[in-house]
Amino acid sequence: MSTTLHTPATRYRPPAPLGGRSSARPRSTRRSVLALLFLAPALVLLGAFVAWPMLSAFRLSFTDSSGFGRESWVGLENYARVFTDPAVLRALGNTALYAALFTPTAVISALLLALALNHPRLPLRGAFRTALFLPFVVSLAVAAFAWSYLLDPQIGLLNHWLRGGGIQLGNVLQDPTLAMPTVALVAVWKNFGFYMVIFLAGLQEIPASLREAAVVDGASAWQRFVHITLPMLSNTFAFVLIVALIAALQAFDQIYVMTGGGPFGSTQTIVMEIYESGFRELELGFASALSYVLLAITLLLSLVQFVFFGRREQDTQ
Amino acid sequence: MTATALRRPRRLHAASVMLVLGMLLAAAAALLPIAIIVFTAFKPIAEVNAYPPTLVPGQWTLENFARIFEELPFARLILNSVVFAGGVTLFALLFDSLAAYALARIDFRGSRVLLIAIIATLMIPFQATLIPVYQLVADLGWINTYAGLIAPRAADAFGIFFLRQFFLSLPRDLDNAARIDGASEFRIFRSVILPNAVPALLTLGIFTFVNNWNDLLWPLVFTTDAEMGTITSGLTLLTGPGGIIPQGVMMAGSLIAVLPLAVMFLMIQRRFIESVATTGMK
Repeated sequence: MSTTLHTPATRYRPPAPLGGRSSARPRSTRRSVLALLFLAPALVLLGAFVAWPMLSAFRLSFTDSSGFGRESWVGLENYARVFTDPAVLRALGNTALYAALFTPTAVISALLLALALNHPRLPLRGAFRTALFLPFVVSLAVAAFAWSYLLDPQIGLLNHWLRGGGIQLGNVLQDPTLAMPTVALVAVWKNFGFYMVIFLAGLQEIPASLREAAVVDGASAWQRFVHITLPMLSNTFAFVLIVALIAALQAFDQIYVMTGGGPFGSTQTIVMEIYESGFRELELGFASALSYVLLAITLLLSLVQFVFFGRREQDTQ
Repeated sequence: MTATALRRPRRLHAASVMLVLGMLLAAAAALLPIAIIVFTAFKPIAEVNAYPPTLVPGQWTLENFARIFEELPFARLILNSVVFAGGVTLFALLFDSLAAYALARIDFRGSRVLLIAIIATLMIPFQATLIPVYQLVADLGWINTYAGLIAPRAADAFGIFFLRQFFLSLPRDLDNAARIDGASEFRIFRSVILPNAVPALLTLGIFTFVNNWNDLLWPLVFTTDAEMGTITSGLTLLTGPGGIIPQGVMMAGSLIAVLPLAVMFLMIQRRFIESVATTGMK
């Protein structure tokens, strides 16, 4: 370090920390130009394909644009439609239902399996972890093909097995009450392994000494779980919960493949509605307004996540 | 064996059996859809439609693989998936690491504001800007081109943030030594920082590749020509109304879609298990 101080050639200064005080010293323009050169490709791309589209979508959301010809200003009409059109309200409600089905199921199954994988007496730990994580590399679309076939009322193997066990499911994808749980289940199947791995990392950060001390003090397995594991895992839990909620808001792929939003609109979600109104019916203004509603909900959740992240970073410092 | 284990062997034994049974059940549930893809892909069409359905083929055949190449321009779709997911990954790694270097190692006016702006865009779901991005790509004449598929994703706020955090964790002495020797910032980036950031680049690269390889909505929106789709978007053309393609053919296509990522994961998994095993030995 001392050599650094004695060398006039070095122009290096540490970057300003995110929350810290900025240095009062003048900074050379040469360094700014240099930094801009490094940043230019990313900034141009993020500007063109993220920032500008954000502004553009905002403007579009107040028009009746169809992508061609004239468009006129319609004020808040598109937003009014989001909150009054029964079909759109249904899509919002369906998305909430999907999130309510997907999030707890995925997060809790991931937590339980991470705890089981972390159990000292589990044999074949590596094989189990591999098997449980494997669904994560399958795309939701391909998962949807496989599950549609498994659940086929005539030639579906799972349906056949369940019938053998006395459970008559019928055609779940044509059933307005069962279609939504089914598409949520497919997403749970695909994603629980990912959340499980995050929980595993969180579990491995818990110092073994805490558990050992509790064992010495005579704490039961349940007491150790409630008083050590759960509190130590609370940040990881909050993180996984919000990541899963945001993923649930964006439900599209398997629904597009399995039901196309049906039967009778019972699996129509926000992103399905954006896709159909934007790219099939070419109601770009309305689709943009709906996009902004999705954005607002996501931002709200992300801010909560950001607060948690900030806390996590402070905790580890 | 702890003292408690010796005192209550029978109850603990029962708990262990429950644990293993539960895990076997969970693993079976995780693997059943994958097994159905693999086995059905090799089943003759008559067997696929036979009742009662079976899991394992009585007779193994490659006819489904031959047919997927007849039903779809499948070789082209494989190429498109590789170019799209690979292209996005390579460009994003390059542009993200360049930007991350400036934010982590060069002190310049406005760096903090810029970092906050980049973190803010991290929260925007791509679905929310899909329509204006589509209009922009269309205005550029890039619908049904690799440029249209790749360019909008060739820089990524998450990647910049992730790599910046990693670069900050690298010891300053590494690049200060090079600076004293008179190396340019670009040279330090290329010869000092990047070689030391290989694990982070690999992590980010795998993450980016898997996400794009598996994406459906993106290729669905930016390609209308069946020749320009990816494996994932191409296969959806065979389902839905009018899609009366035999399940065996669908599963053969699905197997080809899954195989590269599954092989990649199984190779990485070994290293992953190794590192977990060594840290768990303490």
